[in-house]
Amino acid sequence: MPILAFRLAAPEMLVDLKYVEGLDRIAIDKDGVTLGAKVRWCDIEADERLATAHPLLAEAIRHVAHYQIRNRGTVGGSLAHADPAAEMPGIAVTCDAVLTLAGPTGERQVAAAGFFEGALQTSLAADELITQVHLPAWPAARRWGFREFARRRGDFALAGIAAFYDVDPRGRAVDPHIGVIGASDRPRRLARAEAALSGKVVDSASIAEAAAAASAEVDPPSDIHAPADYRRALVATMVERALAHAAR
Amino acid sequence: MMKIEFEVNGKPVSVDVDPRLSLADCLRSELGLTGTHLGCEHGVCGACTVIVNGAAVRSCLMLAVQASGDSVVTVEGLSNDEALTPLQASFRKHHALQCGFCTPGMVTTAHALLTHEPDCDEDRVRDVLSGNICRCTGYVPIVEAVLDARAAYGSKGE
Repeated sequence: MPILAFRLAAPEMLVDLKYVEGLDRIAIDKDGVTLGAKVRWCDIEADERLATAHPLLAEAIRHVAHYQIRNRGTVGGSLAHADPAAEMPGIAVTCDAVLTLAGPTGERQVAAAGFFEGALQTSLAADELITQVHLPAWPAARRWGFREFARRRGDFALAGIAAFYDVDPRGRAVDPHIGVIGASDRPRRLARAEAALSGKVVDSASIAEAAAAASAEVDPPSDIHAPADYRRALVATMVERALAHAAR
Repeated sequence: MMKIEFEVNGKPVSVDVDPRLSLADCLRSELGLTGTHLGCEHGVCGACTVIVNGAAVRSCLMLAVQASGDSVVTVEGLSNDEALTPLQASFRKHHALQCGFCTPGMVTTAHALLTHEPDCDEDRVRDVLSGNICRCTGYVPIVEAVLDARAAYGSKGE
């Protein structure tokens, strides 16, 4: 709707999914969490299963917009909109989510990492819609953290970090995933920051290495909200705080 | 044009609207309910908050046609002719408004919150009202007014 209000787009046709049934379910099983496209932020907030089934998702969604928007905003809408600072696309990319897209010729599955092509740009075709997004199963012992910084609670983040890793018997981080929002034209994982953490015990030294790598790895824009240098520094701080939470 | 039927403040309405018309513009221009205010028109300020099927939503982020079949309550629906409602009285008592532009959105949001969560605490009130911008009051009296109105919504007290 803001896109229309700002006259950034003038679609000839809009299709309301209000009366389409079956897209509003949160399904949780051994394979993970599947969110229907019409699942609203308030539905995720109210689903107590997610505190264990996917705590990173539950925490990130607490940061989405405001009360009135959480009552109407949906998972599918956010993914299709593809705002670079939005939480849901960030979680989808960080967690290796798979989106299901439906079109006239049937359904196709797309990895979140390949779905986002730029600010407000996705690989969704004009005659397709998102029906669901699947987040792989979440091991109970997995460590995680989510931090974002916004000027006002609920506003778009100037930068945010979602991070998780598993821990081997010797306490070292296995397969760390670190994703950034708000500091690029799309949500993305930070490979160098992940490499800086991989195989290490997560402590203040390895966190500092990962934060420095993340900061060097992003090329954020300057805009009226913050210059690029500020955002780059903010990315490091968010990595530090997210990983400190994960290692608590 | 599309003909839609929905309920506004308890009364059925039928209106022919352009599919592009926002619910906020429909309420104001087509139905004459100018209590719903439009500030930013892109979902940031909260002035246009109305209650759709019991949930507080931004009427600038919703097309009128999407309200087809729904029940909409505007700030006009939260007053009566005889006397101030408890929520209105609380806003008055605590000086929770000055220019009044944001007030319809504050009142509708607070009403929806207190209806669903009459025992909400100050943190929750501040969290929920964080989506409504006020340039006069500094928010403190608004939060006090909402907290003070909880009893009228069946709060069991803290």
